[in-house]
Amino acid sequence: MRLMHAFVGLVVLVSGTAPALTQDKSIVVASTTSTEDSGLFGHILPMFKAKSGIDVKVIAQGTGQALDTGRRGDADVVFVHAKAQEEKFVADGFGVKRFPVMYNDFILVGPKSDPAGVNGTKDIEAALAAIKAKAAPFISRGDRSGTHAAELALWKAANIDVAGADRGTWYKEIGQGMGAALNMASASNAYVLADRGTWIAFKNRGDLVISVEGDRRLFNQYGVILVNPAKHPHVRKDEGQAFNDWLTSPEGQKAIADYKIEGQQLFFPNATQPGA
Amino acid sequence: MQHLRMPETSVIGLILSADPALVGIVRLSLFVSLTAAACAALIGVPFGALLALTRFPGRQAIVVVLNALMGLPPVVAGLAIYLLLSRSGPLGSLGLLFTPQAMIIVQTVLVVPIVAALARQTIEDLWIEYRDELAAMNVGPLGRIATLIRDARLSLVTALLAGFGRATAEVGAVMIVGGNIDGFTRTMTTAIALETSKGDLPLAMSLGLVLIALVIIVNALAWSVRRLDERLAG
Amino acid sequence: MRDVVSDIPIRFEQVRLLVRGVTILDNVSITLAAGATTVLIGPNGAGKSTLLRLAMGLARPTGGRITWGGRSDVPPQRRAIVFQRPTMLRRSAAANVSYALAAAGCARVTRPEQVADLLGLVGLRDLARRPARRLSGGEQQRLALARALANDPDVLFLDEPTASLDPAATKAIEDLIRTIAARGIKLVMATHDLGEARRLATEIVLMHRGRIVEHTDAAQFFSAPQTAEAAMFTAGELLV
Repeated sequence: MRLMHAFVGLVVLVSGTAPALTQDKSIVVASTTSTEDSGLFGHILPMFKAKSGIDVKVIAQGTGQALDTGRRGDADVVFVHAKAQEEKFVADGFGVKRFPVMYNDFILVGPKSDPAGVNGTKDIEAALAAIKAKAAPFISRGDRSGTHAAELALWKAANIDVAGADRGTWYKEIGQGMGAALNMASASNAYVLADRGTWIAFKNRGDLVISVEGDRRLFNQYGVILVNPAKHPHVRKDEGQAFNDWLTSPEGQKAIADYKIEGQQLFFPNATQPGA
Repeated sequence: MQHLRMPETSVIGLILSADPALVGIVRLSLFVSLTAAACAALIGVPFGALLALTRFPGRQAIVVVLNALMGLPPVVAGLAIYLLLSRSGPLGSLGLLFTPQAMIIVQTVLVVPIVAALARQTIEDLWIEYRDELAAMNVGPLGRIATLIRDARLSLVTALLAGFGRATAEVGAVMIVGGNIDGFTRTMTTAIALETSKGDLPLAMSLGLVLIALVIIVNALAWSVRRLDERLAG
Repeated sequence: MRDVVSDIPIRFEQVRLLVRGVTILDNVSITLAAGATTVLIGPNGAGKSTLLRLAMGLARPTGGRITWGGRSDVPPQRRAIVFQRPTMLRRSAAANVSYALAAAGCARVTRPEQVADLLGLVGLRDLARRPARRLSGGEQQRLALARALANDPDVLFLDEPTASLDPAATKAIEDLIRTIAARGIKLVMATHDLGEARRLATEIVLMHRGRIVEHTDAAQFFSAPQTAEAAMFTAGELLV
């Protein structure tokens, strides 16, 4: 261990800069790939910085990994979209309180050739059942992300056991983020569940189109939580709370609503919606 | 890097206008990889020299392990350093996770075996040539190491370039310990990975070409230094 | 810095050297005394180089004892060696000599002057700045001699110094060897060239299969060799 310290010291010395400890007014936010890849953060964070002077450093991981990062104390704030997991995070004492921030929706994306015959329909569970019946290729993120959790919940609601009895080569788990999943679906003409934000920003669509949208069960809620300073004393709680407060403030909510790509709004602020 | 997503902007345009986001990414990539190569040289060359010139029980095993570590999978190194630097880990109090310093540390870990193994081989070969002369001139152990390192400098520079190449090309480890934070720990390789995952393949490829061009420039500079040295000192 | 006591005479007492079970030197006893230019001759594999290396202290005998001026285990501060193919350091000719001077403990201030003197002695003053590795074979050998003289040795060993050189370069080296001998430095040289032995030696040591066969005054050796091997060797026949 002394050797490690000496080694780290050498690196700091040679790199000529002091470690991040001394950086003023910044926080680390563990968030999801959907918020990063869609460009939302690129839009709202400069506004927050201009107002508060706080630098927000975003680590884009899947929801599961982001919550893990929060548990380890490697982030000050987590901002993800899996309500059940978030509530457990707070209940276990790793987070202070969960605030709803915004929602977007999931869509089922699939090839124009539509092997399962579901394009344009409105019932997601029926569509999934059709995909399984026809053994049409389906890409799953398989990475414990919020999107993955939502996908699994939908299969379960459709009474399909993709991990067990209904397993098959048509269902491919890739263990990667949304962009990678879309790339794969595009390359192999498969269906995939995606969040609308990433889809709108995605450039490599190939023959993919939106197959199913608008089902209320595809609703995707985001929440933000300050990591508990009682568990991790080094957490920058004032700056972290300032960020959470801003996100849920009228100003932050408006910034979220104003973010558009090609004229389409991606995220819908709902911090004041009861039960969100 | 919002504006990089506009379809009309080409990478050439970004380069010519010295787009600040792109400049920042290039500067960080060079900073991290060059620093890692320098640290690896400071650690690896003397260690390799020592290994070349001493004999002790277990030496052969160390040489084999060192050679094998040249192929250490970067993601494994990244995960190990992540666990060390995490707040929940032994060195967590240093607060180095998700910083450029963490990236330098992990890349140094990856590059040291390359530099040390190549240095050991080079110096051991040179030692065979120099041994009698240095012994005859009554040169002590430290003097021998210094003389061999100095006379092997051209081959050692090649070893350093190999290490620098490995550091520059690496993406998994710096992604894990750096977090690919926009404007702070995003390097060329992690930016390419990000743009690929966003489906912007042309942009990703263009960034890739910029990266290759950078590496060629560094190698060209090193080559001219070598040529100058050869001209002056043989 | 340096002992006042001399390294000569060098005495081998029943020295044996075994390498991986093969006997290279077998029961060699000899005294290398001041004054004479001693030349070791004999066929390849006779053990000439090995004897030089042991006398220089670059290897240790398996059996027997070697003493320098009556002492054992003396570091090579007052002796030097020149190899058939010398190793040039990757720097200029002058820097090579300077390196040897530094290793010998010469003070930094006096080094430039000493370097100039030594380069002048071996006739390389004009090539001082040339990278040593770009010198010709003969020039490199002269530089090796300059390096060897840096520590003002009592004895200088030369292992087949002209074997790789053309006649002109060989003559230059042999002239230098005579100059050095004239300065009072003891010379011990190995050569397979009988002519060279005739030209330079005042004392001959004939070696064969790791043993000393004959050890006499040069004039005596060439006019009236005492052993059968000596007679065969000087007549130009192969000693097997």
